[in-house]
Amino acid sequence: MAIHEKSLIRPENITTHDNLIIDGIDVSGDWSTFIRTRVVSDYNEDLEEEIAAMPGGEYIHRCWQCGSCTNSCTVNAENPDFNPRYWIYLIRMGMEDELLRDKDIIWQCVSCNKCTSACPRDVEPEGVMKATAHWMELKGHTPPSNSTIFDDIFTEQVIKYGRIEDGEVLKDFMKKSGQPLMQDWIVQMVKQMIKGLPVMSLMKMGWATIFHPKTKNWAKARDAINEHIAEEHAAQKKALGLESVE
Amino acid sequence: MTTLIDKIDRKKKYKKVAYYPGCALEGSAQPYDKSTRAVGKELGLELVEIKDWNCCGAMEVKNIDPEIQTYLSSRVLSDAQHKSKQDVVMAPCNGCYHNLKKAEYDLENKDKSRAVTEKISKKAGHETYKSGDVETIHALDWIKFGYGEEELKAKIKGGLKGLKVASYYGCMYTRPRHIFPEKDQGGDSESTSKPHYMDDLLAIAGAENVEFPLKTACCGGAHTLSDSDMSTKLVLNILEAAEAAGAEVIATECPTCHSGLEMHQIRALKRLSKNTNVKVVYFTQLLGMAMGLSPRKVGLHANISDSVGFMKQKGIT
Ligand code: SF4
Ligand code: SF4
Ligand code: SF4
Ligand code: SF4
Repeated sequence: MAIHEKSLIRPENITTHDNLIIDGIDVSGDWSTFIRTRVVSDYNEDLEEEIAAMPGGEYIHRCWQCGSCTNSCTVNAENPDFNPRYWIYLIRMGMEDELLRDKDIIWQCVSCNKCTSACPRDVEPEGVMKATAHWMELKGHTPPSNSTIFDDIFTEQVIKYGRIEDGEVLKDFMKKSGQPLMQDWIVQMVKQMIKGLPVMSLMKMGWATIFHPKTKNWAKARDAINEHIAEEHAAQKKALGLESVE
Repeated sequence: MTTLIDKIDRKKKYKKVAYYPGCALEGSAQPYDKSTRAVGKELGLELVEIKDWNCCGAMEVKNIDPEIQTYLSSRVLSDAQHKSKQDVVMAPCNGCYHNLKKAEYDLENKDKSRAVTEKISKKAGHETYKSGDVETIHALDWIKFGYGEEELKAKIKGGLKGLKVASYYGCMYTRPRHIFPEKDQGGDSESTSKPHYMDDLLAIAGAENVEFPLKTACCGGAHTLSDSDMSTKLVLNILEAAEAAGAEVIATECPTCHSGLEMHQIRALKRLSKNTNVKVVYFTQLLGMAMGLSPRKVGLHANISDSVGFMKQKGIT
């Protein structure tokens, strides 16, 4: 079986002597490859609890490091540095600095739930990935990822209207994430979409972006949801030792 | 194991169901809505659209607050039960189907989900949904059990003429396993590792199912816009695997999977110069045409992936 996680040994922790003779035997190059001894002393003892306080992170303590999540992971197959098992290990050990090295890729989890289906301990690793990505943002280690920006726009629309309108989500997202709307592939897509459509449904689509689809009698649900989310966010910030600014 | 009694029971139960189209079918996936309704009508299956339905929260709301996602889905179930007076909800969108199932699981197993759902339902002024009161099914279950496979054979006019099809189910129809307790139960229950309901229906309609290894691969739909390069790669894997398996068409049963494949097929060509020709078509469009409905009737012209000329050439329309 291939060594799946060889990439975890970082190049700077490996030493190789180009010219080394020990007891008259030439051990230059690969023959003298060693992994450097390391002493970790800057543990963040609260890390696991902090992640567990974020939505999705609740079951992280159940992990027994079997590696099924990483082995089944969609993103890991494209990028071996994306390693849920390893991050869960670092969090449980309190190795915050190590975790932060991967701060720019953790948000890339595509929520395919292969890990959650494979996990024998009901850790729900997909949730842990989301919890960790949000923790990074709340702590100020990373700016909000595109994924978070999208979640926010989408959720705002649902709460406000009860329903979403996909064209409007697309437009808002492109604006807030600083991407041009008129990209070659989007233009091509819209062209192909319009081509087959009868005038009636084109008009219908146009109206939908102006008169946003709404759920009737939604106002009370909207207010109750907003209230609940505000309470939850305040509780999360408190658990992370952050002052609530709202 | 399903017995004959179960079969007859389900046939009765699914003949008239609450319909939850969801935002996507109301918006960019209108062809899926249109073909689902058309097929239902042709088969004499009745849909009662849930009045004033709300979004189930898709994949996004969960990331902001999982209990709110459960609440949103529970409200749909509550409306189906109390306003539409139905005890079965049919959702053609994998996202909606998944979320209603997940709400069912969470309300059964998680105290916090139950408490938050109850609190908000009260404030919003509607009945709190109780797990177990309503059964959620996918459009695939609806046709397979509500009409019946034997009966469907008699309905095929013209058929799909050996069209080579790769059935693509995506993530949310089978994962995570624990929210689908009825699957993997042997007999004619669905399999989470190798789902086959769509393959079965399309085979009855005269298609040839190709051996397609990426049936439940992920298309990166959650990040289709926020991490487009990743989505394009994942979609390209799926398109290329389907073509390598000899497929002329990828059949879909989810608006998000469907539009993900369509969008990133174009993006792969524009950004990576990777051209694939496989067509992307909803399974309800294929079934409808196999039963003799016109391409217009099943909204084939409104797909982004253009298969109108191809179907004509195949003699399917
Ligand atoms: S599959 Fe579950 S138990 Fe195994 S390493 Fe991943 S999270 Fe831990
Ligand atoms: S849900 Fe995320 S972490 Fe889990 S397998 Fe999919 S991409 Fe990997
Ligand atoms: S999953 Fe998608 S289609 Fe279904 S209700 Fe939610 S946003 Fe709408
Ligand atoms: S295949 Fe894509 S669209 Fe379908 S459920 Fe998975 S991520 Fe979502």
